[in-house]
Amino acid sequence: MRLWKSKTSRQNIITLAAVIIVFSAVFFMNQGGMLSSSLSGQLVPICVYIIMALSLNLTVGILGELSLGHAGFMSIGAFSGVLAVTSLGQAIGNPLLLMIAAILIGGVLAAIFGFLIGIPVLRLRGDYLAIVTLAFGEIIKNVLNCLYVTIDPDGLHAAMFSGAKLPGKFIINGPQGATVPEKLSNFGIGFVLVIIVMLIIMNFVHSKEGRAIKAIRDNPIAAESVGLNITSYKMKAFVISAAMAGMAGVLFAMNYSAIEAKKFNFNTSISVLVMVVLGGMGSLRGSIVAAIVLTILPELLRGFDDYRMLIYAIVLILVMILNSNQRFLQFKITLKKKITAMFRKKEAAKK
Amino acid sequence: MSQNNATKMVPLPTDVIIPERDLGKQPVLDIRNLGIDFGGLTAVDGFTLTVGKTEIAGLIGPNGAGKTTIFNLLTNVYQPTRGSILLQGIDTKGMTTAQVNRMGIARTFQNIRLFGGMSVIDNVKVGLHNSIKCSALSSILHTPHYYKTEKAARARCLELLDFMGMADMAQYQAGSLPYGAQRRLEIVRALATKPAIILLDEPAAGMNPSETAELMDHIRRIRDEFEIAVMLIEHDMNLVMGVCEGIAVLNYGKIIAKGTPEQICNNPAVIEAYLGKKGAADHASEG
Ligand SMILES: Nc1ncnc2c1ncn2[C@@H]1O[C@H](COP(=O)(O)OP(=O)(O)OP(=O)(O)O)[C@@H](O)[C@H]1O
Ligand SMILES: [Mg+2]
Repeated sequence: MRLWKSKTSRQNIITLAAVIIVFSAVFFMNQGGMLSSSLSGQLVPICVYIIMALSLNLTVGILGELSLGHAGFMSIGAFSGVLAVTSLGQAIGNPLLLMIAAILIGGVLAAIFGFLIGIPVLRLRGDYLAIVTLAFGEIIKNVLNCLYVTIDPDGLHAAMFSGAKLPGKFIINGPQGATVPEKLSNFGIGFVLVIIVMLIIMNFVHSKEGRAIKAIRDNPIAAESVGLNITSYKMKAFVISAAMAGMAGVLFAMNYSAIEAKKFNFNTSISVLVMVVLGGMGSLRGSIVAAIVLTILPELLRGFDDYRMLIYAIVLILVMILNSNQRFLQFKITLKKKITAMFRKKEAAKK
Repeated sequence: MSQNNATKMVPLPTDVIIPERDLGKQPVLDIRNLGIDFGGLTAVDGFTLTVGKTEIAGLIGPNGAGKTTIFNLLTNVYQPTRGSILLQGIDTKGMTTAQVNRMGIARTFQNIRLFGGMSVIDNVKVGLHNSIKCSALSSILHTPHYYKTEKAARARCLELLDFMGMADMAQYQAGSLPYGAQRRLEIVRALATKPAIILLDEPAAGMNPSETAELMDHIRRIRDEFEIAVMLIEHDMNLVMGVCEGIAVLNYGKIIAKGTPEQICNNPAVIEAYLGKKGAADHASEG
C-alpha cells in the first residue's frame, strides 16, 4: 500500500509564495530600472503565457481532455478587449478600471465560446475535443482576418468584407488587425492576474468540483455510478479554462499598439501545449516554470527561430515517449529517492 | 412464445417472494419482464423480480448467464429492449446513470472501478458529492461555508470507512490497496451516495475465507443499520446461501428458479444448470 501524496496542497502554497516573492523582486528591479530593456519588455508576455499554460493545464492535465485551439480563446479575449477599451474609453476614465472591465469582458466572451463548443463535444467520449478546438482556432483566426469594425459617435459598425464603406475610424481592419488605443497592460496587472488565476485553479481543484473532475478523469463509468453528471463537470472546467485564456488574450493585446489575428495561430496553441506537457500534466508549478523558460528562450535564441517549432515537436515526442516508458519512470523515482536520501544524510551529518 | 419452448423451466411462483417484514411496504425494485438484445444475442429475457424494502436478494447463475447485464440495465448503463423497472414506484426509463443513482441505486463493479489515483478518503468524498451543499463560487473563493461543508464531509467519510473497518487506510492511495480492501472501498463509496438499494457485483471475488466471512457480516449490517436493500451477484455459494433471503437463478438470460436458499438448493433445474445433465443425475443418485 502506498501513502497518498497529500503534499499537493502544501506544494501549492509554496508555489504561490515563490511566485509572489520572485515577482515582487522582479517588479521592484523593473521599477528601479535594473532589468535589461529586452527582459523588461518580456514581463507582460511571460504573465500572459503563464496564464495560458495554467488555463490549458486545467483542461489537459486535470480534466484530461485535449485542446488544440487554446490560442482561439486568447484571440477572442484580445479582440473583444480592444473593442471594449475603445468603446468604453470615454465612459471609464480610469485606465485601471478600463483594463479590469476589458479583462472581464474578454473572459466572459471566451467563456461563452467555450460553452458553445462544449455543448456538442463534451458529451462525446474520445478525442473529439482536440479535433473541434483545432478547427475552432483556425476558424476564429480566419474570421477575425476578414472582420472590419469601425467606431463613430453612433457606435460600432461591422462588416465581413474589405470593400465595405463603414463610417468612422477603424478599430479592426481585416488582416491588418486591431488598433489598440492605449497601452493598458503592465507587469503589475499581469502579476495580480497570474496570482488570481493560480488561486482560482488551486481552490477549484481542492473543492468538490475538482474532486469530481479528477474522478471523471480516473474512471468515468464509476463517476457516473455515484451520481456525477459527467458533461456538466467537464463543461465547468472547460469554460473556466476558456475564460482564463480570454483574460490572457486581453492582457496580451493591451501590451502592444496593434494586434493581428494571425498571431493566435496553431503554432501558439502548440507552444502553450508544449509548456503544459514539459512542465508536467496537472502540475501548476511545472506549467509556470515551463511558461517562463519557453517565453524567454526564443528571444535569447533569435537565430533558431526557423527551427523552433521543429524543436518543440521533437521535445513533445520525447517527453511523451519517456513518460510512457515504465523503466524511465522507475528510474525517476529511484533517482528522487537517492537524492532525498543524500540530503537526509548530509543533514544527519551536520547534527 | 418464451412460455412455449421453455420445456425445462420450473413453474415460477406467481406470488412475490419478499421477507415478511417488508410486506405491505413499497418494494424498492419492481422489475417487470426486463430484456435486452445485443444484435442477435438475447442476453436477458423476461426478467421479473421484486426486491423488498430491506431485503438481501441474491442473483446467481453460471458464467455468461447475464447477471452483470442485469445490473447494467438497472443502472441504465444499457437501455432495455423490453420491460420496465420501477424504483420505489418510479419508472427509471430514459434516466441517465447519474440520475438513477440520485434516485437510489448505488453499485459496485465486478472488475473494480475505483478512482485509483486519488486517496481512499477522496474516493468516498466523491460518493458524498451530491450531499455536499457548497456552490461552485463558494468553492472557488474558499468561503467559511466551504470549510464547514468540507469538514462535515470528512467526518462523514471517516464514519463510513470505519463502518467497513477501513478508517486507518483513509490516507492511502486507493489503487494501491490490497484487493479485498479495494472491494470494500467500492462498497463504502456506493453507501456514501445514500442509496435505497445497493447492487454488489461479486463482492467476495478474490477474497480469502476469513475476509468473506467478514463481508457476510458487513452485508447484514448494511441492511440493518442503513435500512436499505442489498442485491448481490456471487459465485461463492456459502455467502449466497448464508446472507440472502431470496435468490433468483439465471441461465442463458432467463430466470430458471426463484425462492428461498433452501428451495434453490434442492431445485433440480438449478443443479442441472450448474452441473450439466450428467452431473445432475450423479448428484441425484448420490443424494
Ligand atoms: N455490451 C455488450 N455487447 C454484446 N454482448 C454483451 C455485452 N455485455 C454483455 N454481453 C453478453 O451478454 C452475456 C451475459 O454477460 P454478463 O456479463 O451479464 O454475464 P455474467 O452473468 O455477469 O457472467 P460472469 O459470471 O462471468 O460475470 C454474455 O454472453 C456477454 O458476452
Ligand atoms: Mg458478471
